[in-house]
Order: sequence, then C-alpha cells, then structure tokens
Amino acid sequence: MSKTIITQRQKGNKQGPNSDLHKSAVHASLIRYWRKNITFTIVLLSIWAAVGLGCGVLFADRLNHYKLPGTAFPLGFWFAHQGSIIVFVLLILAYCLLMNRLDTKHHNELEQLRKEGKI
Amino acid sequence: MNIQSWTLIFVGISFSVYLSIAWFSRVRDTKGFYVAGRGVPAIANGMATAADWMSAASYISMAGLISMMGYTGGVYLMGWTGGYVLLALLIAPYLRKFGHFTVPDFIGDRYNSNVARLVAVVCAIFVSFTYVAGQMRGVGVVFSRFLEVDVNVGVIIGMVIVFIYATLGGMKGITWTQVAQYWVLITAFLIPAIAISIKLTGHPIPQIGLGSTLEPEIAGTHGIALLEKLNQIQVDLGFDRYTDTFVGSWNKVNVFCVVLALMAGTAGLPHVIVRFYTVKSVKAARWSAFWALLFISMLYLTAPATAAFARYYMIQSLNGKTVEQLPDWFQNWEKTGLILWMDDGDGMVRYCAGVDNEIFRNGKLTTNDLIVINRSHQKWIDTGGTEGNDGRIVMRQKGLSGPDRDIIVLATPEMAELADWIIALVAAGGLAAALSTASGLLLVISASISHDLYYRVINPKATEKQRLLLGRTVIGFAVVVAGLLGIYPPGFVSQVVAFAFGLAAASFFPTIVLGIFNKRVGTVPAVCGMLVGIVFTAYYIITCVFFEMDPWTFGIFEIGINPQGIGTVGMLLNFVITLILTLFFRAPGKKVQNMVDLVREPEGVGPAIEIETAPEH
Repeated sequence: MSKTIITQRQKGNKQGPNSDLHKSAVHASLIRYWRKNITFTIVLLSIWAAVGLGCGVLFADRLNHYKLPGTAFPLGFWFAHQGSIIVFVLLILAYCLLMNRLDTKHHNELEQLRKEGKI
Repeated sequence: MNIQSWTLIFVGISFSVYLSIAWFSRVRDTKGFYVAGRGVPAIANGMATAADWMSAASYISMAGLISMMGYTGGVYLMGWTGGYVLLALLIAPYLRKFGHFTVPDFIGDRYNSNVARLVAVVCAIFVSFTYVAGQMRGVGVVFSRFLEVDVNVGVIIGMVIVFIYATLGGMKGITWTQVAQYWVLITAFLIPAIAISIKLTGHPIPQIGLGSTLEPEIAGTHGIALLEKLNQIQVDLGFDRYTDTFVGSWNKVNVFCVVLALMAGTAGLPHVIVRFYTVKSVKAARWSAFWALLFISMLYLTAPATAAFARYYMIQSLNGKTVEQLPDWFQNWEKTGLILWMDDGDGMVRYCAGVDNEIFRNGKLTTNDLIVINRSHQKWIDTGGTEGNDGRIVMRQKGLSGPDRDIIVLATPEMAELADWIIALVAAGGLAAALSTASGLLLVISASISHDLYYRVINPKATEKQRLLLGRTVIGFAVVVAGLLGIYPPGFVSQVVAFAFGLAAASFFPTIVLGIFNKRVGTVPAVCGMLVGIVFTAYYIITCVFFEMDPWTFGIFEIGINPQGIGTVGMLLNFVITLILTLFFRAPGKKVQNMVDLVREPEGVGPAIEIETAPEH
C-alpha cells in the first residue's frame, strides 16, 4: 500500500468517519482496483490478438515457411489449428489467477479501512 | 453384436441417465428455473457450458468442414474458442456481479430503456431459434443412420426427452444433464480419434499424431509425415494443399473478418452468457470460464486431427476402387445420400477437384430428383453418351460435388474399421451434443418470453407461481416449434447460422462491453448503435445469401467480404456510432452510474447481488 494512502488515512482518522477524505480512501482503493483490472485485461487481450489474429491469420502465410520444431506442422497452420486454442486456455487461466489475487488484495484493503472505522 | 444393438444400448443408457437427473433436480421457484438457484460449482458449470456450446454443428459438422477446408477450417477453431477469452475477460464476471436472470435484463437495466430490452429480446429469440433448428436436424441424421428409424420419429424422441427434463428442472435440470452429456460426447469424440491416430501414426495422442509420420505399412514408404502426404494427395487430385493459407476466395481479409465475427459473436451469444449467471460468485464465474474453455478445447484440439485423418482415409479408401472393392462404410452411407457415386463408365471411383470427379452428395435434392438424374445418367453410360444426360455435369452445376461434410465425423470410425461399439458410441455422442445445446437454447427462448417480455415489461406484478408456470409453458411450446423445425427444416437453416453469430457480434457484444467499460454511454447512443449494427448486418446477409448480391469490397479489398464475416463490420459500426453519439448526449443518471460501479467491483460494495434482495425482484 502506498504511502500517500496511509497518510490520507491518518488524516482521515482525526477528522472522523464521515468526512470526504474517508470516502476518498475507499474511492482511491476502488480506482486502483479498476486500473489494475484494466491493465491486466489490456495486456492479456494484446496477447490474445497477437496469437489468435496475428500468428493464426495475419502472419500465417509467412509462418508457414517454418516448421514447429520436432514435428511436421507448418507453423502458421499449427497456430490456426492448435496453438491459438492452447494460448486462449492459458490466457483465461492467467486472468483467473491474477484477478482472484487482486480481489483478495482489494478485499484486505477494504477490511483494513473497515477496521479503522472508515466505511 | 452389431452396430445397431450397440447403438440402442448406448442411447438407451444415456437417455435414462438424462431422465433420472431431471427427476432429481426438479425445481419449485423461478430462481431455480432460470439460473439453477445459483448453486452450480464452477467446474460443473464449465462442463455444462462446454456441452451447451458444443452443438451438433461442432460435433458432427466442424471436423468435416475442416477436413474439406484445410487451414481455412481454422477460422471455426479460432473463432469459436477465441470468443471465450473475450467472454471471460470482458463480460462473464461483470454480468455475474449484475446478477439478474438474462442478457436483455442487463441491457434493459443498464440503458434504462424498454426499447433496448425489446431489441435484445428479439435478437435473443431469433439467434436461439436459428440455432435450435440445426440441432434438431442433427438429432434426425443420427437417428436415421444408426437406428434406421424415420428422421421424424428420431426428432420426436429427442423432443420428448428435452421436453421432460427442461420443463421439470429448468436451468437446474438442464445444467446437470449437460454435465452428463459433456462426458458422453467427449468420450465419444476422443475414443475414435485416439484409435485412428494409433492406427495411422502409431501415436495415441491425436494432436501429436497429426504432426507425426505415417506408419510405414499404411503409407507404403518410411518416414513420410501425415500432413506432407495429405498435401501431396490433394495436389495430385487437383485440390489445394491441405496446410496452405489463403486459398480461393478465403483471402487474408476474409479469414480475418470471419474469425473476428465468430469470436465476438461467441462472446455475445445469450445461451452462453446466461450460463455464468448460475454460479455462486464473481470468482466462480471467472473459473467457470476457464473450465469451460478447457473442456471445449478437448474437442476443438482433437477435431483438426480427426479432420486430417478422415481426409486421408476418405481419399485413400475410395479412389481407384471398383464396385466390389468399395468399403462397407460407403455402402452404409450411400443410403443416406450424404455420399453418392456417379461413374463415368470405367467402373472405378475417382474423387478429385476436376471435371472428372465422380463423388457427390444429395444436398437438398429429393429422392425423386435423384432417381431422375441417376436414370438419365445410366442411359448416358449405356448409350455411350448419345442419349440421356451426364449426371456428373448436372450435379456439378448444382454445386453438389464431393461428399456431405456431416459424414466425416460419423463415418470416420467406420472408414478406419474400428470396433462396432466405438461406432455406436459416436451416435450417442452426436445425440448428447445436439440435445444439450437444444435444451440450453430453449431455456433462453423461454426466459426471453416469460421473464423479459412478460414479467419485466407486460406484467411486473406477476406472482412467482404465475411466472414459473409461464416459463414452463413457453419452454414446452418452444420444444414443439423446434421439433417442427427439425421435421420440416426450412431450406435456409444452414445459411442463416452466419446470422446468429453476425447478429450477436453486431448487437450484444459491443452494447454489453460499452455498458460495462464506459459509464458515459447513455440510452440513445446505445440503442442507435445496436439498431444500426443489426440492420446493417441483417441487410448484408439477407441480400447476399437470398438475393445473390455480390459481396461488397468496400472499395479497398480485392475480394468481397464473406457474409459470415460481416458481423465484424457490423460490430465496428455499432462501436463507432455509439461512441460518436455519446459525445452529443448526456451521461446516464446517478442510478445507472451506481449500477455500473457495482458491476465493476466484486468486493467492498458487497457480494454479488442475490436475486431475493435485488430491488426489482
């Protein structure tokens, strides 16, 4: 948790639970949560586009000049028929793990604020 | 024991399992009926979603399509799985947090408008009926081939089964039946694929077998890769190389558009989205999206292997064979008309891409049409071409060259001469795939009419009991309509599947995503964007498919956009129009803003809304 938030909180304590600053502590936590969420989503969707639409379609003809090492698969063909699907599954798995961890962190932050009587 | 007795046993056992599940999971309230009481564990919901998603088309037709299309068949593989990434990251957790019953619920409440709700209801019903008709045909095909009953009798049996478990258990019954159906269909898909993979390449994992070398006793030479051999055969017969990208009208732009339209369409299909309402929490919604795609990928990663194996067997077991040498599977399937042979008089089968191709399918021809063509063709052969008509030219002009793609999955086990019980298992799998998807779609239709239309718009004072009764009545009615569509299939069913995805991509997907990620978007821009997306997409598909309009090139592409890919353009139009209009209209009121905040936030403001405490319920 960043220093500014802690100072905000300490100020908040002096002013009592209903001041704007208390709300802003919760608000800041919510904004942080949402920004993190958006960052994860953008990063994962970029990979999604690069693999599914990029390797599977846009660059498939060029990739087809190469073979998937150790197999007879032309690379572009492999991405379209196998690789993209495997990556899609992994992307959702990554999203679940990242988001569930973020949820827990966010939950703890709010619990903390609750204990301090700010919500 | 023969194939038919094995089929009877498998179908009998699986149907009694479905019915017992229905009895044990019958429900008494609307929450149970529409969203299974929100008590479904993530992994079970993942399986149910997978079964719901994998329709008769995925199970029976997709591998066949890939088999005929090679690389280009990947549009279906990537499109129908990539959509789940969009669904998991952009839609599922948020809609779960929103916590009502249906997709029109979200659109109506977020945009605070009954017009938006009605547009969504109409789309949901249209998309679902389009889809259901295809499922019923699948049930008919399986029954008529494997149990040799009349297609209509097969459809009626299927309808009765769905009717019982859907009306009794609603979403709860459907969910748990789908879990069972997932196992039936995936086992039935994997076992033959593994068996064939071992036979052809000696490798038990089909995905690896696909990229390995052929067994020497099958290929005749040492160390030639399956895909390489397939490319060679294809070229010899005048087809495009199997692994080649961008052949014919499938140029890069078209492949790209179709993949994107299928992805966005998948993420916007109501029967898939509602499955995420049935789990306990936002966290479970995310996990069930993961499980769903994992279970789906079991089939989708195997289908390309089955496709290539089938292509190899199909060509090798037919070409150059005489009547006496023709394999049994050919004779079995010739009866269904899905594969036909019209000889040029030399007594040997030739399946190729050129004018001397002799393998056809019946398509939409009636038995009488075929008899006329065959008689005339026989006369043509007998008289050495002076009388009668060359049936091959007639069939080619009708666009019926090559076997029907549906036989690929259903006949491959027979082509590879697998055991009878494996062949019978495939039949049970096909039925499971068709029935599970049909029941999910029927529930969406029922919910759209009895919940969105009746309860939310016409009579908000309806009691719990009235709503449940209406839900059951509508689902019963929808089953009958779907059955009629299966018995009297409208000629355009296969063509309008593009519709389902195009409309979902152009309407639901942008509107839901903007509703969650952009608080500024208000009623008027959203409704305008949705209507423009729908009207544009519908206009393009209808004129292209039914009035033979040339696909548009938009002045920049070499080849016009395939109607299957037009949803991509419709989706972009929807996004652009909604965002531009948003600049000129006021942001939505405080109530809607708060709702968006609530949807974005899994914790803190409170756990996912429970139906009982939600204000409107």
